[in-house]
Amino acid sequence: MKLMTCPINGPRLISEFAYGGEMREMPDPVAVSDAAWADYVFNRNGVPGVKKEWWCHTPSGVWFIAERDTTTDTIQRTYLYQPGARVRAERAA
Amino acid sequence: MRRLPPVAGERIDRSQAVEFAFEGKPLRGYRGDTISSALAASGVRVLGRSFKYHRPRGLLSAAGHDANTLVQVHCGERSVPNVRADVVPVDSGWRVSAVNTRGGLQHDRLAVLDRLSAFLPVGFYYKAFHSKRWFPRWERMFRRLSGLGEVDLRAGRRGTPKRYDFCDVLVIGAGPSGLGAALAAAGRGASVLLVDENPTAGGSGWYARGGATATLEKTAALLAAVRADSRIRLLTSTYAAGYYADHWVALVAPEYLVKVRARSVVIAQGACEQPAVFRGNDLPGVMLASAAQRLLYHHAVASAQRVAVLTANAEGYAAALDALSNGLELAAVLDLRATAGPLSMPAAQELTRRGVAVHYGVTPIEALARAGGDVGGLLFESTAGAAAQPQRIGLDGIWMSVGFAPANALLQQAGARLSYAHAAEQFLPQTLPSGVYACGKVNGVYSFAERLADGGAAGEQAAGRLGFGAEAARGPWVAPLECPTHPFPVFRHPRGGEFVDFDEDLTVKDLENACQEGFDSSELLKRFSTLGMGPSQGKHSNMNALRILGRIRGESLESLGTTTARPMFHPVPLSHLAGRGFEPQRRTALDGEHEALGAVWMPAGNWRRPEYYAVPGQTREQAILAEVGAVRTRVGVIDVGTLGKIEVHGRHAAEFLERVYTARYANLKLGMSRYGLMLDESGVVVDDGVVGRLGVESFYFTTTTGNSATLFREFGRLATWWGLSVGLVNLTGHYCAFNLAGPDSRALLAEHTALDLADEAFPYLGIREGLVAGAPCRIMRVGFVGELGYEIHLPADYAVDVWRALRASGSRFQLQAFGVEAQRMLRLEKGHIIVGQDTDGVTNALEIDVSWALRMDKPFFIGQRSLAILHKQPRRQSLVGFTLAPEAPLRPRESHLVLSAGQIAGRVTSTGWSPTLARCIGLALVTPALAAGQKLRIRIEKGQEVDADIVRPPFYDPQGERQRSTSPGTSAAHAAGQRTSLVSARRRNPLETCSTGASSARGDPAGARLRFEVLSRRERFGCKGPGAEAWLMAAGFAVAPAPNSAQVDAGGVLVARLGIAEFLVESVEGGAERVESARRQLGSALRPADVYPVARADLVIGIGGAHLNLLLRQICSVDFAPGLESCAADFGPVTLTSMIGVGVVAFTRGGCDREPVLTLWVDPSFAHYFWTTLLEVGRDLGAVAVNE
Repeated sequence: MKLMTCPINGPRLISEFAYGGEMREMPDPVAVSDAAWADYVFNRNGVPGVKKEWWCHTPSGVWFIAERDTTTDTIQRTYLYQPGARVRAERAA
Repeated sequence: MRRLPPVAGERIDRSQAVEFAFEGKPLRGYRGDTISSALAASGVRVLGRSFKYHRPRGLLSAAGHDANTLVQVHCGERSVPNVRADVVPVDSGWRVSAVNTRGGLQHDRLAVLDRLSAFLPVGFYYKAFHSKRWFPRWERMFRRLSGLGEVDLRAGRRGTPKRYDFCDVLVIGAGPSGLGAALAAAGRGASVLLVDENPTAGGSGWYARGGATATLEKTAALLAAVRADSRIRLLTSTYAAGYYADHWVALVAPEYLVKVRARSVVIAQGACEQPAVFRGNDLPGVMLASAAQRLLYHHAVASAQRVAVLTANAEGYAAALDALSNGLELAAVLDLRATAGPLSMPAAQELTRRGVAVHYGVTPIEALARAGGDVGGLLFESTAGAAAQPQRIGLDGIWMSVGFAPANALLQQAGARLSYAHAAEQFLPQTLPSGVYACGKVNGVYSFAERLADGGAAGEQAAGRLGFGAEAARGPWVAPLECPTHPFPVFRHPRGGEFVDFDEDLTVKDLENACQEGFDSSELLKRFSTLGMGPSQGKHSNMNALRILGRIRGESLESLGTTTARPMFHPVPLSHLAGRGFEPQRRTALDGEHEALGAVWMPAGNWRRPEYYAVPGQTREQAILAEVGAVRTRVGVIDVGTLGKIEVHGRHAAEFLERVYTARYANLKLGMSRYGLMLDESGVVVDDGVVGRLGVESFYFTTTTGNSATLFREFGRLATWWGLSVGLVNLTGHYCAFNLAGPDSRALLAEHTALDLADEAFPYLGIREGLVAGAPCRIMRVGFVGELGYEIHLPADYAVDVWRALRASGSRFQLQAFGVEAQRMLRLEKGHIIVGQDTDGVTNALEIDVSWALRMDKPFFIGQRSLAILHKQPRRQSLVGFTLAPEAPLRPRESHLVLSAGQIAGRVTSTGWSPTLARCIGLALVTPALAAGQKLRIRIEKGQEVDADIVRPPFYDPQGERQRSTSPGTSAAHAAGQRTSLVSARRRNPLETCSTGASSARGDPAGARLRFEVLSRRERFGCKGPGAEAWLMAAGFAVAPAPNSAQVDAGGVLVARLGIAEFLVESVEGGAERVESARRQLGSALRPADVYPVARADLVIGIGGAHLNLLLRQICSVDFAPGLESCAADFGPVTLTSMIGVGVVAFTRGGCDREPVLTLWVDPSFAHYFWTTLLEVGRDLGAVAVNE
């Protein structure tokens, strides 16, 4: 069984983890067109390559980002999510 | 065939006879015999019948690499099918029989099929089975004719618990190369697990001797060195069944499966010797030379009196010398090659000197059967020397040594790329995945010394990669001096009968026909002919078939490639794969109370809930209607402890809820609650619940039962993603809840609480905190069932006492416990939806008439933008209510179709007989056109149709006056100011009401190899949040600095840091007052705003004893051994992981002078499952349990 390394709890069986989807930026709901919003909601990028994905270590509830090459199914690195600059600017305002 | 006098290195114990029976005939062998060696020693040559033609078959590989020797073993009451006789040690009292015979092995009536073989060509199943009319007959017939052993349907359940194991280097195969690899890796300091599929280690080093004892002595010395090395663990009779990602290998031991996580893997699985393909090569007595050598040297059995060795390599000459030196008569050595190779030459000369005829350029024509069905002669011709005149020799054994196929299945599964090397006539690993190494025959290395060196080099590499010594490099592959494998040992006969696949009865002609029909690639040939799809998965057939295919296509093996042998490498009993079977079930703290009340259980998510309470003399329907009636007229109580129960604290708590739910929460007043509806990004309804405000920055809210775990997880992701400063606390398992509903609920509750329940003080939708029957509770006034109602939420450890207190005084109110079915009807009468029943995976919020809950003017909530788009589009469906005429004789059920002009126009989502309205009511999702009308036509069972009237819900009390009721209740006298509650609830250990378990493992804990102690009573609390660490330190607790570690301070209080910023504090050896005082502060107004309480009603178990690690290896995939070795008396690692399917917190504590003890904290809703399962696992390990 595959191993995945939780940034807090270390390497564990993949069965201790839950997948949370690809990490994607949400478009601004106010500014975006209906078509662009529908694209965000319904379409996913299936092109193989290195993807940033949300993963959760379920016994501890730690969410983190895994960079995974979907061509070879190898997990290249994992790290805790840092909220983007946009969110931080929002908080500061 | 006979037993020889003692042979050096024999692995039988002649002092211990084993009596058994084969096909009803009593026989004897010795301890150390396999079933097939004992049979061979007793002169039994026919061991089975072939799969398709029922030809007599004998030993072929003596290694379990063919299906000839699968047998049925009856032992006492048990009957085990498909036992691999070549490798399973025989035992006294066994009754062994051949599989798939009609009338016994000797007189199998199905042998007639052999004469019909011309009518059963390759692929005939595909041609014969396709007719609808004939298929059932064919199927019945072939089910009877073919197949293997018989499953004993009366067999009892066997415990075959799986285990986890860990090592630095896993070496698969304990032949010379594997032994070399293990010693080299261990020599560098790595921990090594060495496994071999045979009952004894040594591989061909033990039996391929060439008439001498030098290799035996060297192998014995290697084995002694392995046994003396404490870093090497040797497992025999254990085969590696498959390789999975990240060096995870499934090992099949006789009684169980082991899942090994290695850091490096060395594959030294050797090679399977291959048969020559000629007419009659399947006759009993014709066997691989290695099989004969195994019998000779492991079991001191001579497989024949007079043998010919058919060979094409040095190994065959060595086997010929082995025959001579053990007193067998050697009829001839028949070399397929024009001349002996450089390694064979000395042996060839010696054989000639000893008077053995050695023929070169041999073409075997036919092995001839004698009366008993076994081999009696061989017809061959030889091109070298004498004229090409067919010669016939009399014999009773033919040993084939014409080549090998590397056992590279696991290498391929690991992702190795193979290429064909003509210098060795075999596939060799070209590129290997990281951390996987190959050595020995699988790597094209054949001589003893070279294999030992190759293994050593692989072992050094495997250990060096892990930091044990320097990284090691290996030289290039050097081709063997003499090729061990013949390029084409296939000899067609005009009358056929040259077997390629012994499992599936495939001859050369079958493969030719398959190619002719167009199935001429390795993948297609395999599927059409079933080549290599038998129990031995092509071990003896795949290479020969590829060679034949290559000839037919005129292509080389490089370009043909080979098929990948998938797991399992050998057949694995299904019981091994099933293992123990863990099904975690959650139960509320009130589970035992429901059981006592006669609850009939139903599953709800992974919980069990009372569907209704059975009443003697009443039907299910009557009982449910009575429960509904009680709530409408008096007072009822339902356990709703399965709801998701979550707290959110922090600066952005309100904003978080505003984003997650559709309604407004920023303006929610303290002490009030509001309905919460949750959508996904596309506007589809995913969950609902109630959100109550406990403080400016603290909310308590509920989710539906089935969604609680996934939603809580998703909330964590959303909070992280949005960068909100919130603390989420999941109380689902640690809190219990029940809903007291009905006109008398206020009066009943008033008897047990000092809270002012008057409507002005505690209005509808209010939430209050206070004591009920002495326990700290949160009470919400809710209206889900449409009556005055109080939902009481409280720590799970208090729940039983409060429930009992209410029931005790409730008898005067005729308090009725009600189940899920009654609640479904009660809410249906109110028209309240159940998400997931009245909605499905595409039902959006606009379709279910909840516009009052959608605050489209908020800045943002999940699904809001999509609703704005959907709002502009025509509706797809609408949820409507309907009623049937009271006298309607027929009733619809859920999922019955709604029709419009004969077309499907919707479906019923909820329906039932309402006792309150005395008619059938329901909800249906229908087209907007129908929803705008008056009537629905519903198609029910057997095509009947009923008409229903569309009615706008609620069906009952449309103004909602009853749930807003201000009246104190009909039995006001009871509530007239005086509280009658004499109970002061106390906390209970989650196993206190658990009926099963503890008694089964009682005993003296002192000296037990495994001790379980329930420690739930210890004083405990949890906290998290940005200020938690500072607050704990200010309160005088010693806080471990590193994530996932814990320490016990001088006062005996444990502080465990769970992850980075959550803490668990428990009085381990005293300090209960300190812990209790801190817990009280956390629950009071004195709590700092940035410290969030985490309620903990855990099941706590302490586990100690010598077998602790053995236990852990059956219940958890994490290796605790390093932690158990390094833990100290007051300090140790904390592990957050999953055991037997349940999330746990584990803390190891010990030290130099004391045995390590593992403490586990488990969600109390899993307590019953976890404890009973732990006792079951522990029973075999000698566990003794102490429940406080």
